[in-house]
Amino acid sequence: MTATQDTGTREVGTARRRKEDAHLITGQTTWTDNIQLAGTVHAALLRSPMAHARIRVDVSAARNEPGVVAAYSGADLADELAGLPSAWQVTPDWVAPEHKPLATDEVRYAGDAVAVVVADTRAHAVDALDAIEVDYEPLPVVLDMERAMADDSPLVHSDAGTNVCFRYSDTFGDVAGAFADAPLHITRRYVQQRLVPCAMEPRSVVVAPVPAAGEYTVWSSTQIPHFVRLFLALLTGVSESRIRVIAPDVGGGFGSKLDIYAEELLTFTLARKLGRPVKWTETRSEAFQATIHGRDQIQDLDLACDADGRIRGLRVNLLADMGAYLQLLTPAIPLLGRAMFPGIYKMDAYEFGCVGVFTDKTPTDAYRGAGRPEATFAIERLLDELAAELHVDPLEIRRRNWIRHEEFPYDQIAGLTYDSGNYEAATARATELFDYAGLRAEQARRREAHDPVQLGIGVSTYTEMCGLAPSRWLGDRGYAGGGWEAASVRLLPTGKVEAVVGTSPHGQGHVTTFSQIVADTLGVPFDDVEVVHGDTAAAPAGLDTYGSRSLAVGGVAVWRAAQRVRDKAKTLAAHLLEVSEDDLDFDGGSFAVRGTPGATKTIQEVAFAAFAAHSIPEGFEPTLSADFVLEPDDFSFPHGTHLCAVDVDTETGRVTIRRYVAVDDVGKVVNPLIVEGQVHGGLAQGIAQALHEIAVYDEDGNLTTGTMVDYTPPSAADLPSFTTDRTETPSTTNPLGVKGVGEAGTIASTPAVVNAVVDALRPYGVTDVPMPCTPERVWRAIHEAQGGTS
Amino acid sequence: MTRISVTVDGVESTDEVEPRTLLVQYLREARGRTGTPVGCDTSNCGACTVLVDGRAVKSCALLAVQADGREVTTVQGLSNGALHPVQRAFHERHALQCGYCTPGMIMAAVDLLRETPDPTEQEVREGLEGNLCRCTGYQNIVAAVRDAAAELRGAS
Repeated sequence: MTATQDTGTREVGTARRRKEDAHLITGQTTWTDNIQLAGTVHAALLRSPMAHARIRVDVSAARNEPGVVAAYSGADLADELAGLPSAWQVTPDWVAPEHKPLATDEVRYAGDAVAVVVADTRAHAVDALDAIEVDYEPLPVVLDMERAMADDSPLVHSDAGTNVCFRYSDTFGDVAGAFADAPLHITRRYVQQRLVPCAMEPRSVVVAPVPAAGEYTVWSSTQIPHFVRLFLALLTGVSESRIRVIAPDVGGGFGSKLDIYAEELLTFTLARKLGRPVKWTETRSEAFQATIHGRDQIQDLDLACDADGRIRGLRVNLLADMGAYLQLLTPAIPLLGRAMFPGIYKMDAYEFGCVGVFTDKTPTDAYRGAGRPEATFAIERLLDELAAELHVDPLEIRRRNWIRHEEFPYDQIAGLTYDSGNYEAATARATELFDYAGLRAEQARRREAHDPVQLGIGVSTYTEMCGLAPSRWLGDRGYAGGGWEAASVRLLPTGKVEAVVGTSPHGQGHVTTFSQIVADTLGVPFDDVEVVHGDTAAAPAGLDTYGSRSLAVGGVAVWRAAQRVRDKAKTLAAHLLEVSEDDLDFDGGSFAVRGTPGATKTIQEVAFAAFAAHSIPEGFEPTLSADFVLEPDDFSFPHGTHLCAVDVDTETGRVTIRRYVAVDDVGKVVNPLIVEGQVHGGLAQGIAQALHEIAVYDEDGNLTTGTMVDYTPPSAADLPSFTTDRTETPSTTNPLGVKGVGEAGTIASTPAVVNAVVDALRPYGVTDVPMPCTPERVWRAIHEAQGGTS
Repeated sequence: MTRISVTVDGVESTDEVEPRTLLVQYLREARGRTGTPVGCDTSNCGACTVLVDGRAVKSCALLAVQADGREVTTVQGLSNGALHPVQRAFHERHALQCGYCTPGMIMAAVDLLRETPDPTEQEVREGLEGNLCRCTGYQNIVAAVRDAAAELRGAS
C-alpha cells in the first residue's frame, strides 16, 4: 500500500480485514486464565446452595487439606474486604445494602460466596472446599417482584426494612389531558424475562503483588480495566499509581464484564495478604450464578391514541428486578430505557415510573442494550397491537406517528434530541429487500387456506441512544463518573504510529477501526498504525467500552488526537521547508509547498526531524505526539427497520424464522465488515431473547437453567441467515458523523420476532406470546386464545 | 498418577497425570497449549474442541489418560507456516469477534469438511451445532466454512 492517495477517505469506509484476527485464529492468545506466573496459588470459592439463609462457616478443616495455603470465611475477612460499589445512585433515597465479596452472616441468593480456599493447584483448592463446614439456617425466600413489594413479604435485607430499592417517576407534557377522552387505549403487560449474558470466556482474575514495593499487577477478563483500577484503589487504600490493571484478550462481555466483581477485590486482597500471585477462574456453572444477569422487568403500558391511530400519550410503569444486591450500575439499567419508550414516535405526553425491587436472585446489571431493548420491545409491540386494533398495516401505523426525516434534529417527548435519521428511507429499503407485499399476499393465501403452518410478519422500527455519554447528563442523573474518552497518538521516529486509546475492546475490532481513522488522518499506511489498549500502564486515561460508545466517543478522540499530531507536523514541515504553514498542502502523507514542485516533506521525514530536533521552530516541543480527551456533545441515535417472517406450526407451536431483513442506519461507517458483524451478533442475541432463552428459578430460588444445556443459547442450527443493508444518515453530534452499532441488532430484533409470531397467530385470537416463544408457550397461547385449557 | 505418552501438535511427550485430569487440562497445564480454551463445564460449548487422531473431540469430554498413545492436534498445530484454509477463511469472512470460541470452531470445521467436503449451508449449521459462539450470529462462520470447503476441494 502506498501513502500517495487522497487522505480523506482512503481507509474509512473500507472493509478491512481485522488486525486482531492473526493471533486469535492460531491460538496465540492471552486469555487471563492462560497467564501462569511462577509461584501462583489458586483460589476457589464455596457458594451457597441456598437462596436465603443465616450462615455459620468453619473453614479450619480445609486448612489441613493437601496443598492448601489459606482458607477464609467471609467473617474472617470482614474487616479487610470493603463492600462492593454501586456507582449510580438513581434517587436520593435509594436503598443500597452493603455487598461484601464474601457473605458474612447471611446469604441472599444461590451462588452467594461464603468462603475461599487458596491452594497450590486449582484442583487442590476445589477439593478442599468439601472440608468447609457451613450451617445454613434457612430464611424465607422472595423471588417474585410483586410478592416482594407486599407488606408481608419476607425481606431480602432485613435491616433495610423494605424490598424496594428505589421509586422513580417522570412526567412530560400534559399526561392527564392526553389520556382524557382518548378514543383508543392499548393497555398491555409485557414481561422481559431474565437473561444470562453467557460471554464465551468465563471471568478470570490474576493478581501479582510486589510486596516490598506495595505494587500490584492485575489481569482481569473485564470490559473496564480503568474502573477496576479506580475501584481497587478506592476499596483497598492502595494508591492508583501502584495498581496496574490489564485486560488482555477478553472473550466477550455484552455488559457482563462491565462490573466490579467480588472475585476481583477478593483475589487482590488474597494476593496482598499472601504476598504471592493469586489466580481465580470461574467455571461456567459459577458464571451462571455469580456473573450478573440481564433484563427482568414487568412492564405495564398504556398507549392513548386518536381513532385514526395517532398516538396521544404513553404511560409506562416498570418493576425492575435488582436481584439480591446492587452491582456497579444495577439500578440505572431500567432507567437507561426511560427516555427510549417513546421510540421514533411523536406524542404529546409521556409518563414513566419505575420501582426497583430486591429479590433473592443473582444481581442484574447491564446486558447488551441495557434498558433500551426493554423499552424498544414495549413500544414496538404496542404499535403492532395498535395496528391490529385498527386493522391497519403495522408499517402504516408507524408512518402516521414517526418523526419525518425533515423534522431532525427532533426534540422528543422525554427530553432527548434525536440528531438525525431517515426512517422513511430505511423502511423503504427494508420492505424492498423483504418483498413485504409478496409475503403479505402469501400470508393472506395461507390464512384463507387454514394452513396449519401460518406465516407471520413482524416489524420493528427502532432507534436507540448510544455514545454513552455527556458527563453532565450522567452527573444530573446520579452517576458518580463521567462519559469522556481519551486517546494519544504518537508519530514515532520510524514513521510508524501508535494510537493509545482508553476504550477496551473484547471482540469489537477497535484496533482495525481506529487504525483506519488514524491512517486517513496522518496519511500513513494502515499497517503502520498500532493501537494500544487495555492496560492502565500503557493507556492510563480512559473510561472503557460499553453502551456503544467506543467509536462515537473513543473513535472521535482518536481522530482529534491524530489531527493534533498532523497540525504539529505541519508546523515543523513549514519550518523545514522554510515556508509559511499557509503555503503547505497535506495530501497522501506529504506536505507540499503549493506551486513549488518537488518541495515536499513526507510525514515520516517530519517524524524523524521532530525526534532528532536538530532544527525546530522556537517553542516547538520535540517529538510528534498529542493527547485528546473528548467530552461528547450529545448522544447519537442510530435507527433502522427490521422485518421478520416466521413460519409457526400451529399444531406443535414451533417457530421457524424464514426471512430476516435488517436495514440499519448507524451514520457514517468506518468498516462495513465490522459493522455487519456487530449487527449479526446483535440479531442473534435479540432473537435468543425472543425464542430461546430464559433464566428460570424454582420456588426455593435455585437457578434451574444453570448450564448451557438447560439455558439453550442458540447454536448455528437454531438461527437463520440474515439479509442486512444500511442507509447512511450521518450523526450531527460528532464530527465523524458516526453512531454506535454494538447494541442495535439486539434492540431491534426481539420485538420484530415476537411481532411476527403474534401476527401469525392473530387469526386464532392470540394477542401475545410471552418470551421466549418456545413451542410450548406458543402452543399454550393458541389453546388459551381458543378457549381451551392448557 | 498415571504415565501417558501423547503426541500434541507433532511433539510427543511422556507425563505423569492424575487419572481425573481432563484432556483439556493436560493440554493447557502440562503441555502449555493454552490456545485451546475452556468455555464451560458441561461439554456444551465446544470451545475446547481438538482433533484426536484426526477426529474432532471436545477435550473437556475426554480424560488425559484416554489420549495415551494418540495424536492430538490443537489450533496451534493446525497451520504449518501458512494458515490452514479454514483459518484463512475465518479471517477473510470476519467469522470471529472476541475469538474465544474460534479455536474449537475451527477444529470442528476442519473435521466437518473431512467428512462432508461440499456441505450445504444447513449441513454446516448442523455440523457445528455443538460449538457455541456468542458474538457472530454464526452467519460469517458458515460462510467461512463453505469458502474453505471450496478451497480444499480445489486443492485436492
